[in-house]
Amino acid sequence: MMTTLDPADLQAVWLTLKLASVTTCLLLLIATPLAWWLAHSRKWYKGPVAAVVALPLVLPPTVLGFYLLLLMGPHGMVGELTTALGLGRLPFTFYGLVIGSVVFSMPFAVQPIQNAFEAIGQRPLEVAATLRASRLDRFFSVALPLARPGFLTAIILAFAHTVGEFGVVLMLGGNIDGETRVLSVAIYNHVEAMEYNSAHLLAGGMVLFSFVVLLSLYLAGGKLSKVTK
Amino acid sequence: MNSIRAQFKMQLDSFSLDATFDAPATGVTALFGPSGSGKTTLLRCIAGLERVQGSLHVNGETWQDDKTFVPVHKRPLGYVFQEASLFPHLSVRANLEYGYKRIAPGERKVQLEQVVEWLGLSHLIERGDPMQLSGGERQRVAIGRALLTSPRILLMDEPLSALDTNSKQEILPYLERLHRELNIPVLYVSHAMEEVARLADHLVLLEKGRVIASGSLHETLARLDLPTAHFDDAGAVIEAAVAGHDEPYHLTRLDFSEGALWVGKVEQPLGTTVRARILARDVSVATQMPQATSISNILSGMITEIRDEGPDKLMLRIKIGESQVLLSRITRRSHDQLGLFVGREVFAQVKSVALMA
Repeated sequence: MMTTLDPADLQAVWLTLKLASVTTCLLLLIATPLAWWLAHSRKWYKGPVAAVVALPLVLPPTVLGFYLLLLMGPHGMVGELTTALGLGRLPFTFYGLVIGSVVFSMPFAVQPIQNAFEAIGQRPLEVAATLRASRLDRFFSVALPLARPGFLTAIILAFAHTVGEFGVVLMLGGNIDGETRVLSVAIYNHVEAMEYNSAHLLAGGMVLFSFVVLLSLYLAGGKLSKVTK
Repeated sequence: MNSIRAQFKMQLDSFSLDATFDAPATGVTALFGPSGSGKTTLLRCIAGLERVQGSLHVNGETWQDDKTFVPVHKRPLGYVFQEASLFPHLSVRANLEYGYKRIAPGERKVQLEQVVEWLGLSHLIERGDPMQLSGGERQRVAIGRALLTSPRILLMDEPLSALDTNSKQEILPYLERLHRELNIPVLYVSHAMEEVARLADHLVLLEKGRVIASGSLHETLARLDLPTAHFDDAGAVIEAAVAGHDEPYHLTRLDFSEGALWVGKVEQPLGTTVRARILARDVSVATQMPQATSISNILSGMITEIRDEGPDKLMLRIKIGESQVLLSRITRRSHDQLGLFVGREVFAQVKSVALMA
């Protein structure tokens, strides 16, 4: 007995992919300069900043979600700001989920990129400087290409981690059809309702999809590194 | 105007640099000293890779003083690091062109084809992965990459020290060729006397972060008050011209301003200037012209300085004619038996001459 995906499930799949893509893009924009700073700064507050970035690794997602909810809520700092700006409140919206996911997956993006920057060391950048490359030029022509494996890892981890997130979503976004009901929540609903077939379809699809994404990225990564070697 | 005037001061826990020197911005100036003497740090300060208190004027331009600090990428210099440090993500050609592309077209005085010819890179330039090259090949590409920025000064930080002996011998002729054919002043950091004697015209001696002497290679190496005179391979350098061959015996005569030396046959054409290095331990002295001796190079001169070298040895400085100097290391007993003193005429017997070009 085959079950097909009902429109609500399809919407959940689409929403999840959208959330993961937006989150990954935002994370690359935020994590790259942050990782660069962490890799090169000698400031005393580098340690505390690194610890804050790594917090989501050890915090239960519900704890993170709870504080984000308070922060974005009507009496939270972010909430007051968004209300004052006329943006309304963020919890229980897609954008609230995006913010939650960015915070939640931050260490998975920052750490591989930071490690890659640190592995490059100062020497290639110094060489580029003696070859007349300005600071920005050195970053784009030397640091970024040499850190490519780190970026690839960051993209895979951030994307996969966002696709799989559940706790933060539930705390922040709840279960609104078409707005905040992502795949993991949909699966949870099906299981709660004893709809195991639908749950199987979504869960199995997740497994397959994740495998295909990872495989193609690894294959592409292998090819890329061969070309540049 | 054609000079490098540098003065740097830096204080770290375990190391202090307080170096001042003037060097002509022509030919090769060696920054020479034992490891830990601060020569690499000094070179990095000159490049702007380290920012310490001080001042630096190159060819009349201010690169650093109390108010100015020209960033590295705006200094018209080339820098060759100890390890070739080629960019692994770029092909050999892209490595060579990295700096070339970043200078204004009007300032590109050195062209890719020239560099490829000078450094023998024609079979390397189409290679994709620079990491597949041998150590010596990589360093040649790195030198070419630096030259292609048409630098007004070339800084080299022990460019041979990371290489094995064969690769060193492979690169040295290229460096000598650059020295002869390119009109770019070079600052060359080294702790290897052989390289310095071979390449340098001017010597800046460093010890514990301080400049202890600076002057022409000939004069500085001939100074007995400097540590260089007490190395096992202390010696004098003489520039001479290939003047003739003794074909049956496979010998070549080298003429210099004050005399001539016979050496094993060399391939260079007549008239070529070569450098001969004569180690102090290879020079013995006699008070009369030796008769019936197997030594073919005997130069007459006068002792101008005698200095103690440990309990059993002495170092003599012997002036040959007006401008040349030889060093000779002899035992104290020989000194006493021959009755040597400053001002005495002697015959210097040269047992061996190392040709360096």
